[in-house]
Amino acid sequence: MTLADAVFGLLGVVCLASAVLVVTSRNVIHAALWLVVCFGALAGCYLVLTAEFVAWVQVLIYIGAIVVLMLFGAMLTRAPTGQQQELDSRNRPIAALTGLAAGGTLCVLVVSAFRGAYVDVHHVAVGDGKVIGTAVFRYFVLPFELASVLLLAALVGAIVLSRRPTDRRDPTP
Amino acid sequence: MHLSIALAVSALLFGVGVYGLLARSNAVAVLMAVELMLNAANLDLVAFDAWWRDTMHAGQVFALFVVVVAAAEVGVGLAIVLAVFRLCETAAIDEVRALADRDPVLSSAAEAEA
Amino acid sequence: MSHYAWLMPALPFAAALVGLLVSRHLPGGPAVPAVGGTALALVVALAVLVDVERAPSVVHQTARSWTPIGGVQLAVGTRMDGLAAVTAVMVAVVALLVQVYSTAYMAGDPRYSTYAAEVSLFTSAMLVVVVASDLFELLIGWEVMGLCSYLLIGHYWQTEGARAAAVKAFVTTRVGDTGFLFGIFVLGVGAGSFEIGRVVGHPSAMGHTAVTAAALLLLAGVVGKSAQFPLHVWLPDAMAGPTPISALIHAATMVAAGVYVVARLYPVYLAAPTALTVLGVIACITMLGAALAALVEDDLKRVLAWSTVSQLAYMSAGLAVGGWTAGVYHLLTHAAFKALLFLAAGSVVRSLGTNLMSEMGGLRHRLPTTFVTALVGGAALAGIPPFGGAFSKDGVLEAARERGGALGTAVFVVGLVTVLVTAAYVTRLVLRTFFGAYRGSLDGVSAEAHESPSVMTVPLVVLATASVLLGAPVLPHSYGVARWLDAPLGTRPLHLSVAGGVVTAALAVLGAAAVVVLHRRRPADDPAAVLGRVAVPLANAFYVDAVYDRILVRPVHAIANALRVVDGRGIDSVVTGVGAGTSAFGAVLRRAQNGNVQAYASGLVIVVLAIVVSVSLAVAQ
Repeated sequence: MTLADAVFGLLGVVCLASAVLVVTSRNVIHAALWLVVCFGALAGCYLVLTAEFVAWVQVLIYIGAIVVLMLFGAMLTRAPTGQQQELDSRNRPIAALTGLAAGGTLCVLVVSAFRGAYVDVHHVAVGDGKVIGTAVFRYFVLPFELASVLLLAALVGAIVLSRRPTDRRDPTP
Repeated sequence: MHLSIALAVSALLFGVGVYGLLARSNAVAVLMAVELMLNAANLDLVAFDAWWRDTMHAGQVFALFVVVVAAAEVGVGLAIVLAVFRLCETAAIDEVRALADRDPVLSSAAEAEA
Repeated sequence: MSHYAWLMPALPFAAALVGLLVSRHLPGGPAVPAVGGTALALVVALAVLVDVERAPSVVHQTARSWTPIGGVQLAVGTRMDGLAAVTAVMVAVVALLVQVYSTAYMAGDPRYSTYAAEVSLFTSAMLVVVVASDLFELLIGWEVMGLCSYLLIGHYWQTEGARAAAVKAFVTTRVGDTGFLFGIFVLGVGAGSFEIGRVVGHPSAMGHTAVTAAALLLLAGVVGKSAQFPLHVWLPDAMAGPTPISALIHAATMVAAGVYVVARLYPVYLAAPTALTVLGVIACITMLGAALAALVEDDLKRVLAWSTVSQLAYMSAGLAVGGWTAGVYHLLTHAAFKALLFLAAGSVVRSLGTNLMSEMGGLRHRLPTTFVTALVGGAALAGIPPFGGAFSKDGVLEAARERGGALGTAVFVVGLVTVLVTAAYVTRLVLRTFFGAYRGSLDGVSAEAHESPSVMTVPLVVLATASVLLGAPVLPHSYGVARWLDAPLGTRPLHLSVAGGVVTAALAVLGAAAVVVLHRRRPADDPAAVLGRVAVPLANAFYVDAVYDRILVRPVHAIANALRVVDGRGIDSVVTGVGAGTSAFGAVLRRAQNGNVQAYASGLVIVVLAIVVSVSLAVAQ
């Protein structure tokens, strides 16, 4: 049990606990905030695994953009900030079973497969900006460009989808 | 450190995400659960990247691309949620059942309703 | 000329075809082929008769071999002996007179062309039965006659009564025909050939059981076709058909075919005395029962129908006691006077529009020719000399008396009683129809009831003349009917005794007088009313129809209904149930498509998990 193990373990517990709170919270806004905690813990996990760039990207994009976007969405769909609305559907028992089965199966599988695997955090290549940048622009240029096209398409699509119907019926003079 | 801890956390996080996907009635909450699942996959990718000691860092790069795709998906997904909300005036997706296959006599009435 | 005997059935058959196909385009209409074909057949029949009587004991036979089915050897041809030649002439004469009569009787009928063609077809079939040289050929004619009878009884198919009567006639005779068919099988197999000549050649060579079985089975068909007890129930109802049909089919020809077949195959019956005894018993029962039923009938035609049944029993009785010549002689005289009576009834019915005697009366001045000819026919029926019916009936009774024994005495006694009853019902018929005051609803009989046209009255006169003349050739040994007929060996020749004739004539007069007295006392009432409560079972024909209804008709209907229900609910429901079941199954499956995305996602995840687990377990092995 090294220091890395302990730290990772603690961060993992935080992550899981906050994830459980995300999916069981009665208030959507609270759920979004617990999601922030979860993403933060995950960023910490990445740091322990020496993936610095990914960790900061996680914080920037996930916490900074995606959770904010979700908050916007929750507000726009009039989700009350109080605790009145029932957020859980009648599917709960099956969902619990399924979730348990999924999580349990995967856990047992991977743990039994990689029981003795060991990551030497002192001798691994650190994933800092320079290394990742080199990798992306040297070996993964094409996916990078495709990703940017994808973002453009998503941008256009989101705008088109969220336009009000009355806008389209403007007669051009 | 032991790889299996990271993998275990990732697997359990995925399970929690599945529960949220299937149990939550608010559309935005479902999207949050999807984000949890994507993050579980990301954690797996990064853990394996560290284990392989990959100089190309394919795992981390792929994790970055997953983040990009997740962002795009959330954007479009929330636009769809908004559109459904404007049509049905509710964000509870378990009440939006217009695509159900009803008995032939009733289906036309259901279509008139929805 | 006997070689051309096949023309006799062929000509009316051709006339039927022509009538059905092109009669609309012929000048003169459907009557031309009908009357013409029958007239030509009569000419041929007369020529054949002359030819046959030149050498009476020789049988002229032609045959052509025909094997429609591989194993059975059949021959098609004609076999003309005295019996066949005389009967053929009788059939042709009556058929011709009926066709002529029908041109006026059925003048306004829209389906006259079909009617005329069916009568021609019937004539052809009857002549096939008469001239056939092979048992199967006879059977073909027999069955076609049954078909024509069905079609013609049901001529007025728009009425319920005609439809029911046609079906009843067909089904009842069919029951008998089954036995007839098997009788033919036994005879043919036993004799080694189906040719009539071979069959009657050495019947005793077949063995006693085979001959008796065959004779009894054939009797089933005879009983059905000739309307004897217990298959007599169809004949009174068959009066729903047009009256000329009743005259032709149900008096002179088809019903006589049964008796004719017994006469034709008589050597077989001589070799099977049991069958003759059975025939005699049946004849006795029928003779008296039918006569009693005729006594209380109100419908003019039904009286004549019961009378036919009774007189056919006389013929059968004659054959049963060995009086072959007497029985056949009675067949011929009966053809004449019964056809006459039916045609006269038709004349009355057509003038008044009703069949019921309670609506008739006092018609002798309005319908003079009909009256006189009906009187002649009635006298012949009652057995008053010198009309033909008297001598033939006496011949039968003499043969019965000569035979003696239980059967002979029974036939003799029953026959005498029936003479009394016959005279009674004949007198009742004549008195109620032609005498007394008019009881009907046509106001002023003078306005509506008039004599029928000469096309109808001339046949009446012809038949009346025949009834008288047939009484003439009574001397057995010189010229006469016995000489013409050429009786088989072992039968009793036609004997008549003065004493017997006096007795029967006296009984007839007695019966007639009793009815006249009752009529005189109360001219407006039915003389049969004096019978009081006894009349009830007679009017219901001894409830035979009711018994059949209870034991046969109702169970069959019940079974048919049950089968219909089983078919509808059981079998059809399997077919429709397949469709309904599939729809129901689909509805059950459809409940999985409830529109809830999370339900779909749950299913997806669970199945994927299952695949993952199973694959990993397989890999782990």
